[in-house]
Amino acid sequence: MDWYKIYGLSLRHIYLVKGSFPRILDLIYWPTIQIFLWGFISKFFTLSSSYYNNTVGVILTAAILYDFLFRSSISYNMMFLEEIWSRNFTNLFIAPIKINEIIVALTLTAILRTLIGMIPAAFVAIPLFGVSVFTLGPPLIFLLISLYIFGVTLGLMVTSGLMRFGPSFENIAWASLFFLAPLGCIYYPIEILPMWLQTISKLLPLVYIFEEMRNILINNSVNYFEIIKAISISSLYFLVGVGTFYLSYHGAKKRGTLINIGE
Amino acid sequence: MNIEVNQLIKKFKNKFAVKNINFKIKTNSTLALLGPNGCGKTTTIGMMLGLIKPTNGEVLIDKKNIDSSERINLLKKMNFASPYIELPKKLTVRQNLEIYARLYGIRDLESRINEITSDLDLKKVINSRTGELSSGQKNRVSLAKSLINKPQVLFLDEPTASLDPDIGDFVRNYIEDYKSKNKITLLLASHNMKEVERLCDKVVMMKEGEIVDEGSCSELVKKHGRENLEDTFLKIARSNNGLV
Repeated sequence: MDWYKIYGLSLRHIYLVKGSFPRILDLIYWPTIQIFLWGFISKFFTLSSSYYNNTVGVILTAAILYDFLFRSSISYNMMFLEEIWSRNFTNLFIAPIKINEIIVALTLTAILRTLIGMIPAAFVAIPLFGVSVFTLGPPLIFLLISLYIFGVTLGLMVTSGLMRFGPSFENIAWASLFFLAPLGCIYYPIEILPMWLQTISKLLPLVYIFEEMRNILINNSVNYFEIIKAISISSLYFLVGVGTFYLSYHGAKKRGTLINIGE
Repeated sequence: MNIEVNQLIKKFKNKFAVKNINFKIKTNSTLALLGPNGCGKTTTIGMMLGLIKPTNGEVLIDKKNIDSSERINLLKKMNFASPYIELPKKLTVRQNLEIYARLYGIRDLESRINEITSDLDLKKVINSRTGELSSGQKNRVSLAKSLINKPQVLFLDEPTASLDPDIGDFVRNYIEDYKSKNKITLLLASHNMKEVERLCDKVVMMKEGEIVDEGSCSELVKKHGRENLEDTFLKIARSNNGLV
């Protein structure tokens, strides 16, 4: 693994963001809008429902964590799409950079893009709605790690699809997370789902992450076993994602799409 | 570095893009890969760069197969420029060159970027966004990127396409000069026959995925009884059965 090259590839995306105020604004805008939207919704629920009296901030915290997942995945996809849109794809794949170096560079750079959007949004929620995601305490770090690994995994899956099917797969990039959101039990407990969907949900790390988030906020206790389970499942999916990316790369070489993907 | 293309075949679904081609390029020589659009030039270059997996056959660069674990080591000594692939438009010339210098493992970034931008007369636009440059400037930036690692093997696809005669001549002079100083192995795909006559030692003519003729420019012109390479190209491209 050559970190000099990994840094070079990351620089491409850092320069892109650094040199464009609209891009920075775009990264901050959507998470902040989400905070406003869910902040007002949760405020309304808190004032109008006895159920939510003891769960102030649960929905908003869930919204922040979900947006973190969403931004991680989208950041990953966006960086790959940028190469296609700019017709730089072939240049990248004829440079002496290994596939694992590309994956590492995209994974590390995606966190920067994600944090640019999420840090302001998380801080905006404190004065506006009196909700701080940081009240989750140290487990927050592990929940974010798990979300990030899973977000990047989804990014890997989508980029694999882009290599396999070309730019027409772009729409799936935007829709990928919405497929999983209902099964992730982000805003509601898993018991709400019918039994057969609960079984499927339990195969995803999201259920354990968001159930644990609710557990921490409502019961004021931490179940590290659930957090470890979430990280383990996310890591397993990540390995599958890496494998899929490699398969897709070799498939693209067979189909010749690496040389004309932007067309 | 010597290049050997042996029994190279590429089939996409049921269609042959390249049909069993063979040629060699010796160190410090230039080969032109010519042929009408869709004849398989890009696919061949793609296989020579290890971007496309051959259905059969191999591309050996200094006896090492490009489609093997040696690819990354070989790519360090190779590069490619084409008007059909671009550098990120929102990044400045310096940023693009810095990124590619890093990807090719160049350590003395500043001196190499200064050297190549000075050679290609890009100093004035080094801090301009690549997308804001004229096509002649973009073309030279693309050439600068392809030379950033001082490649021993260089593939150029239509290096002077859409350039005005003055810039086109500048680029040809530069390639000629660079080639003589650095003893590189050069593969040129071009539709500009004067450029081919000026730069290339050998020509490989392709049609419908096959090599239909090869030889030096003068040999081909003489063999086909024409006055220049352009007429020879037209004769071959318009022949009905392809094979000459």
